[in-house]
Amino acid sequence: MAKITLSKLRHSYLPNPSGPDDYALKEIDLDWDDGGAYALLGPSGCGKSTLLNIISGLLVPSEGRILFNDADVTDLATDKRNIAQVFQFPVIYDTMTVYDNLAFPLRNRGRDEALVKERVTAIAEMLDVTSMLNVRAANLSPDNKQKISMGRGLVRQDVNVVMFDEPLTVIDPHLKWKLRSKLKELHQRIKATMIYVTHDQTEALTFADQVVVMDLGMVVQIGTPQELFERPAHTFVGHFIGSPGMNILPCDVRDGAAFFQGANVPLEGNIVKPATGRTEIGVRPEFVTLGTSGMQGVVRKSADIGRYGVVEAMVGDTRVAAIVEGGVPEQGETVHLNFKPEQTRLYADGWLATEARG
Amino acid sequence: MKTVNQKAWFFVLPVLLLVAFNALIPMMTVVNYSVQETFGDNLFFWEGLGWFEQILRSERFHAALGRQFLFTGLILLIEVPLGIIIALSMPKKGFWVPVCLVLMALPMLIPWNVVGAMWNIFTLPDIGLLGYFMNHTLGIDYDMTQNPLAAWITIITMDVWHWTSLVVLLCYAGLVSIPDAYYQAARIDGASNWAVFRYIQLPKMKQVLTIAILLRFMDSFNIYTEPFVLTGGGPGNSTTLLSIDLVKIALGQFDLGPAAAMSLIYFAITLLVSWVFYTLMTKDDT
Repeated sequence: MAKITLSKLRHSYLPNPSGPDDYALKEIDLDWDDGGAYALLGPSGCGKSTLLNIISGLLVPSEGRILFNDADVTDLATDKRNIAQVFQFPVIYDTMTVYDNLAFPLRNRGRDEALVKERVTAIAEMLDVTSMLNVRAANLSPDNKQKISMGRGLVRQDVNVVMFDEPLTVIDPHLKWKLRSKLKELHQRIKATMIYVTHDQTEALTFADQVVVMDLGMVVQIGTPQELFERPAHTFVGHFIGSPGMNILPCDVRDGAAFFQGANVPLEGNIVKPATGRTEIGVRPEFVTLGTSGMQGVVRKSADIGRYGVVEAMVGDTRVAAIVEGGVPEQGETVHLNFKPEQTRLYADGWLATEARG
Repeated sequence: MKTVNQKAWFFVLPVLLLVAFNALIPMMTVVNYSVQETFGDNLFFWEGLGWFEQILRSERFHAALGRQFLFTGLILLIEVPLGIIIALSMPKKGFWVPVCLVLMALPMLIPWNVVGAMWNIFTLPDIGLLGYFMNHTLGIDYDMTQNPLAAWITIITMDVWHWTSLVVLLCYAGLVSIPDAYYQAARIDGASNWAVFRYIQLPKMKQVLTIAILLRFMDSFNIYTEPFVLTGGGPGNSTTLLSIDLVKIALGQFDLGPAAAMSLIYFAITLLVSWVFYTLMTKDDT
């Protein structure tokens, strides 16, 4: 188990990168604490798998260093780094039994059979696969195969980090939930540093203590699930996390105040950055309420999805989503929208530009 | 309630006719010959299973069958491991992939009798490139028209040259279908190169390898043209494989009854070995 430091990491798949656009990863500085549960969240192609492969040593970064417990491992081969990785599609050794699959990483390292037996038995029990130990791995269902893949990652006690690369992609929805909570439980029992890569916010937010959100090869924000939800540092995070995502409303900034469709919108606090370039107001649908007075909008679409309703209203030419409890208004109805000021923020060129009031 | 539409049978009819005329009917004529004796004039007499008994007791048949198994066994022992090794060493991507594939496919594109003729000329002691080099440069007495061992080495080398590519291409197809994640996982699991081959590559190649061995078994067990053009079965009977012997009996001696019985036994052996092999190889599959 180890603390992992990424220092000034950059990577390009091109031999002679010229501009920032040639980089799949643009300058990443990160510290992952020993024993933490991290998620790397971002859309497809944001560079998260590249980052993962750099940590595991399957890829050598163009620039920068990787440190495990302050020791430089940048040039170390994968098998020398003592890491474990679980892939998107289950990787199992078809001809072996489940037991032999789980024992494989230990036997390759010449551990004696007594220890192998002890570890395999313990891991099998944690994953609820004890009854399958003597079954040929090829005959398992996809979710059990993925469990075995995970088991092989967890069977060694001394690994520096266990990485999961979208491990639930091939799993049926109702089993996803089970495996996800299993993973969380495993992390609590094993206390290894774990990094979980996904583009699914639910997976990231349920698994991780700290979520690293990436977009276009950059780390956009690092924070607890709650921080990401409540104070997105970038409109991308606001939009990407939450369902529906944050309302991002183009606005004008005059005299330290924001105006949306001509109306002054109270913000959470002072504007701390020069509000130049593209300015937008960000407010989550959860903090938009319908009332009898306030900004006027016409309902474009509304849906009652059980415990709450989602309303989409057009204010001028901009769409604003609101989550309301109780009944939802009909399409075409005129509604009045109010933003909760302490949850309304200003973004300049995408980045958060207001500070929370003390 | 499912409605059964019997009209579908009409769609099978063309295939049925085709198979009947190109396989079943010719085969039935062979069956017909195998139980009869003729002295010409299209007069046939019932012979029962006599010809089968004669063939099965014939030392000539035993010898040809032995040579056939030796030949097939040897070429499989060489072509399968060699094919796997070549497939493993071929590049997986880049400029050299098509180059290698074309080079591999070339020998298989050459007609069988041409292969025989090529190797015949190639190995002639006084004018063939290989024959001349062996006899006159290295001073090794190499003449496959005189020496049975030289003849055997030549037909086996020829078959390896002609058909190893088939094993290579099939294995290669199996290898490139293995996702990268398997190799990455193996590296993370600390697997040696041998373990990667044994537990990832070989199992993933198993199905294509089964087909490759089956095809090579059937083709080499029925081989005729190449050794016939190359050695004509000689020197003596040393390279007279089953099919060469069969043609000698059927068309040389015009013994239709024994030849027909031998064909059927020959066919049964090929079928039996193929079936047993295929069943054994696929019995673990789910």
